[in-house]
Amino acid sequence: MKNYLIKKGAVLLCSLFLIATATFFLMHAIPGDPFIQDKAIPEEILSSLRRHYGLDQPLHIQYLKYLKGALCGDLGPSFKYEGRTVSGIISDGFPVSLALGLEALFLSVTAGITLGAAAAVYRSRWQDGAAMLLAVLWISVPSFVLATFLQYLFAMKLDLLPLARWGTFSHTLLPALSLAALPTAVIARMTRANMVEVLGQDFILTARAKGLSLFSVIFRHALKNSLLPVLTYLGPLTATILTGSFAVEKIFGIPGLGQWFVTGIMNRDYTVIMGVTLFYSALLTFWVFIIDLVYPLVDPRICHAKQP
Amino acid sequence: MQNSHDPLYEPLSTPLLETDGETLLASISYWKDGVRRLKANPLAICALCILALLVLMALIGPSLTPYSYYETHLSLKNRPPSSAFWFGTDELGRDLFTRIWWGARISLFVGIAASFIDLVIGVLYGSLAGLLKGRSEEAMMRLADILSSLPYLLAVILLMVVIGPGLASIILALTLTGWIPMARIVRGQILSLREQDFVKAAAALGAGRFRLLFHHLIPNCMGSILVTLTLTIPSAIFAEAFLSFLGLGVQAPIASWGTMANDGLSAMRYYPWRLFLPAGFISLTMLSFNLLGDALRDAFDPKLRS
Repeated sequence: MKNYLIKKGAVLLCSLFLIATATFFLMHAIPGDPFIQDKAIPEEILSSLRRHYGLDQPLHIQYLKYLKGALCGDLGPSFKYEGRTVSGIISDGFPVSLALGLEALFLSVTAGITLGAAAAVYRSRWQDGAAMLLAVLWISVPSFVLATFLQYLFAMKLDLLPLARWGTFSHTLLPALSLAALPTAVIARMTRANMVEVLGQDFILTARAKGLSLFSVIFRHALKNSLLPVLTYLGPLTATILTGSFAVEKIFGIPGLGQWFVTGIMNRDYTVIMGVTLFYSALLTFWVFIIDLVYPLVDPRICHAKQP
Repeated sequence: MQNSHDPLYEPLSTPLLETDGETLLASISYWKDGVRRLKANPLAICALCILALLVLMALIGPSLTPYSYYETHLSLKNRPPSSAFWFGTDELGRDLFTRIWWGARISLFVGIAASFIDLVIGVLYGSLAGLLKGRSEEAMMRLADILSSLPYLLAVILLMVVIGPGLASIILALTLTGWIPMARIVRGQILSLREQDFVKAAAALGAGRFRLLFHHLIPNCMGSILVTLTLTIPSAIFAEAFLSFLGLGVQAPIASWGTMANDGLSAMRYYPWRLFLPAGFISLTMLSFNLLGDALRDAFDPKLRS
């Protein structure tokens, strides 16, 4: 277990370092200058701007400074928003995105497991077919299409929910639903497949033969065993919700980190793009690391120490 | 045991051979069996027909109207669908019917081209990793792990920011990390196939590594490769649409479905068709590819079924 932890931790640090290096050099490989705009700027102002942001120094010095800063949580200043730092933008925007993301995560896990379990119990009947058709539909409709559709239907036509912005719980419903659709469908399919397999096993037959009701068999025996693979999906699921939030926050005008990131892309605000990418990759790799650690605790059949 | 009631595992009716008064079951090849299972799936046939129709319309659709995709009619902007403009017009008075099918060309081309490049790189990389043993295989797969530790769309966005918008750069950005799932699947298949007797027999007869790879191993992975390819196409189409929706896609006056949806977003309240036509076509295309991919998986690769 200890070796496994060290190995995983090394891979994690290695990939974080590589991502930081790659994004830094990619951003600096872009031709042009962040300060060149439509209006001509006098040469003195340009050079003092470059000096102010440290862009006049050799690339390797800038790189080392950036890495050192990133380790201390300082991701540099924003090039386009005067007086704002990237870390400040992240600490402003991330709580909003986190709240939205957690709601979507919760929604997709509960709805996905329920749908998948129901489909498995009613296997090969119309309920199963309907659930799986719904799942393939949700997998196919992109989150940004679903978001615009829900916005049009529930906010513009029916006038039931707020159109955009952020504030009360009702503001979160439509964005969270549109983010949750795809993960719900994937979880439903996984749960169904695992559940069908588990339901065919002997211990389920034994439990039924003992006289346990169908529902207690499902809840106390089958579900627990079919949920484990869902845990491994939590990593990709978070990535899906996170990237989906770029478009959904744009559509609903939510002041989250995704919105900042998209504006950063539009403005070619390189430090913001770099900082948010680094922040999100660090978040995701740590999250996957934690899931890897929790997995053997939940499933004793998996023991990392025995792996080569 | 548990699969005994699943129609997937029931034998289909098999053609009978009459030979000298004896009735025998005709043997069916893997591919024939797969095609028959596919034909028995109405959803798959439906998806295939929709895709054929979409491709056909992408080819002939723009020439069905007297307009071109860039021609503006400023006096006729934001018209709803009518007999003159079948899908209406946009904010510059451009005919949306023509633009939708031009968009179909772009979106389908990006999806299919990116997936085929992914296929070639993924199959070569995966089979090489599966064939080599020990450290080099380990190193190759670690490299893939590290490359894919950045979420796919985030990596694509980053690359697009760097190399700038355009058709070629989208395909490049999509394929730079897009081949990894294919490589993983092919490697897994090769690892299990490598230990089977027919491969050992071929090796014992003196077949070299590359003959083994191209004559025995890769042909036997074709089922999973085909399924993965069919499921890569919709994800590439989605990624292109997503990028274009964020403003990182192809440049005006060319439009893909994603850029058209992005243009229509701000006009959703009064001119909803400008958003929902391209958005609907993105969803329909992805749905058809996903249905077809699922059906192919059931037909050719029941073990992979999830």
